[in-house]
Amino acid sequence: MTTDNDNLRTRIQQAIQSQKRPTITVLSSLLAIQDSIGHIPEIAIEEVAVHSNTSINSVFGVASFYPNFRFTPPGEHSVEVCWGPTCHLKGATEILESVLEKLGLDSEGDTDDGKVSFRFNTCLGACSQAPVISVNHELYGNASPDIVPNLLVSLYEKENLHQ
Amino acid sequence: MKYEEITSQATAEWADMTSGRIPLIRIGTAMCGHAAGAFRVVKALQKYLDSKGLEANIQEVGCLGLCYAEPLLDIKKSGKSRLFFNNVTPEEIEYIVDEYLINDGYPKEKVFGYIGEEGPVNGEDSLESMPGLKLQNRIALRNAGHISPHDINQYIANGGYAGLYKALTDLSPSEVIDEVKNSGLRGRGGAAFPTGVKWSFLVGSPGPTKYILCNCEEGDPGAYNDKGILESDPHTLLEGLAIAGYATGASNGIVFIRHGHDGPIDRTEKAIEQAYDLGLIGNNILGTDFNFDIEVALTGESYVAGEETALMEAVEGKRAMPRFRPPFPAAFGVWGKPSNINNVKSLSYAPEIISKGAEWFSSIGVNQSTGTAIVCLSGDVNRPGLYEVPMGLTLGEVVDDLGGGVIDNRQLKLLQTGGPLGGVLGPDSKDIHIDFDEMRSAGAIFGSGGIIVGSDKVCAVDLTRVLVAFCQYESCGKCFPCRLGMEHLLEIVERISDCASKPGDMDLMKSIGGTMEAGSLCGHGQLGFGPIRSAITHFEEDFRLHIEENRCPTGSCDRSKIVPKNTRPYATDHIAGE
Repeated sequence: MTTDNDNLRTRIQQAIQSQKRPTITVLSSLLAIQDSIGHIPEIAIEEVAVHSNTSINSVFGVASFYPNFRFTPPGEHSVEVCWGPTCHLKGATEILESVLEKLGLDSEGDTDDGKVSFRFNTCLGACSQAPVISVNHELYGNASPDIVPNLLVSLYEKENLHQ
Repeated sequence: MKYEEITSQATAEWADMTSGRIPLIRIGTAMCGHAAGAFRVVKALQKYLDSKGLEANIQEVGCLGLCYAEPLLDIKKSGKSRLFFNNVTPEEIEYIVDEYLINDGYPKEKVFGYIGEEGPVNGEDSLESMPGLKLQNRIALRNAGHISPHDINQYIANGGYAGLYKALTDLSPSEVIDEVKNSGLRGRGGAAFPTGVKWSFLVGSPGPTKYILCNCEEGDPGAYNDKGILESDPHTLLEGLAIAGYATGASNGIVFIRHGHDGPIDRTEKAIEQAYDLGLIGNNILGTDFNFDIEVALTGESYVAGEETALMEAVEGKRAMPRFRPPFPAAFGVWGKPSNINNVKSLSYAPEIISKGAEWFSSIGVNQSTGTAIVCLSGDVNRPGLYEVPMGLTLGEVVDDLGGGVIDNRQLKLLQTGGPLGGVLGPDSKDIHIDFDEMRSAGAIFGSGGIIVGSDKVCAVDLTRVLVAFCQYESCGKCFPCRLGMEHLLEIVERISDCASKPGDMDLMKSIGGTMEAGSLCGHGQLGFGPIRSAITHFEEDFRLHIEENRCPTGSCDRSKIVPKNTRPYATDHIAGE
């Protein structure tokens, strides 16, 4: 357990120290950790506080403010559905219904098997192709509920191929 | 390196590349192309060319504005114009390559049109004669879709950094500011404040460290023009930033982008690196004594981070919550240093204004709105896109001529403009011109340029509910009239949408809206009632039907209502779990 924790601490420190942008802040360090580990473990809050010479409270204040941070490990795959006004007009509701049903969720969160993390996205930036779904950060525009099963099934299939 | 050496090398490279000696294949991979599957097409193309042993130069480019035609691919062969293919799928690559590159034939089933002095390849139409391009006058987006954002030399070969060079060699900082003032350029982030005047605020502030911040937070759903510029032509922004730095005596530029938007982030950072390598930013720019550094800063997901003082908090790595003003940013900005915040679009006009002069810019547009409007047209319209058109076009022209009218021959019901805090306009708004002041007096704002078209199958109450849900979700929580007010407004709008309103709900909303306007620090709370107010003004009937007749005119409100209710879900889960 200690070695696991030490290992995690090392990865966190590496993430903080290998930032390339010239200005390092609490926020930039948290983003770097999330990019590298996928979430913000409790010891990451401590590490960022030490590195930025600030309190644990103020680091957690930043981490809890931005909804893109999560505090538990994410699923292996990420699925995001845009619910911005354009996507809403173009049928995001039906897509959300279909995604939630297929994943067995009733709102944002992780599937029971830990494979998929689902999030709402306020705007994926491709409104001209609305409605838009993002699967593992690849965008699928002009989406319809029909493509949802295939998109999600392909995640699981890829998984099987790896095994 | 001297400017002349840089340009002559870039021009030679460009001439060779576009000669078509080796077939030049350009494909749009901005956000719109990405969502349409452009990267899958690039992969298929690369693979097929390799399998056939064909030599071709594949260049990823930005958005030509015709998002509805993405993935948009074009091939330039020697002696021929660029031949465009629209809505290309990976499966169609074989047909296009076989027909056009291998058999030297004509893949007529996929041809979209041509662009080029060599004329039609086989009698097809010029893309530039289609309304989607003909009505455009591209200044900030002049290179988008034509050059690769990954290659600084392509930008330089097309007149890039000439504006900065002219500013540094021919003009004094105050002359640059005068030029921008005389051009009539107004900030494109929403407030439409004269850019030259804004820059002049920073001139008098004490140095040596002063910041020009460029705001590409762009959290507005329905707006993607800032990201479009960064993905299509990041150097035009960097050049504009450097010009602003020279004019105001600033030392540093910070481009502020939302984490997760990898296209704009990666392309901007690569562009910065290339500009440093050529000495176009950094120390002693182009051999002068002007020094200017540029970096990218990321924000987490927060709409309010687009507000200028909240943006400075986020740059400093804190919660994106607005500050009290005064002190104003020109006196006390990021890290307490004098700062000036500009939108991506505003800065991206600067290079051409300096190159071509204030008079040229102010001759485009109408009244006090000079230059162009970069419209993000989306929603129930046949040809959604990213159109840069002269100010003064009517909304009707935008929807019908550029957008090709409402989908499925339906009637236009509403236009949502200026982002979620903007407003909705009714079908009678077609004669309104895109003019900052005219739109404001019509009860909407042009804002950052998003225009969402709604057909007659859209219910105004349903759309308002989503806009209010967005504003509630994004309230930063600092001012309680906004934090609690948005929640209360959402509760009431949801009640109306469910046909379960209570007597007095309409008056209650107005009263809450008034409190928010009076008691909030930033535009989020001050304008937070805007979407409801304009919806009530233009679509009173929709509200009446829900309230008095207990029915939704289009059935939209009968669907399930799935919105993220909890603003900070993971944070509260975490606390609850402890």
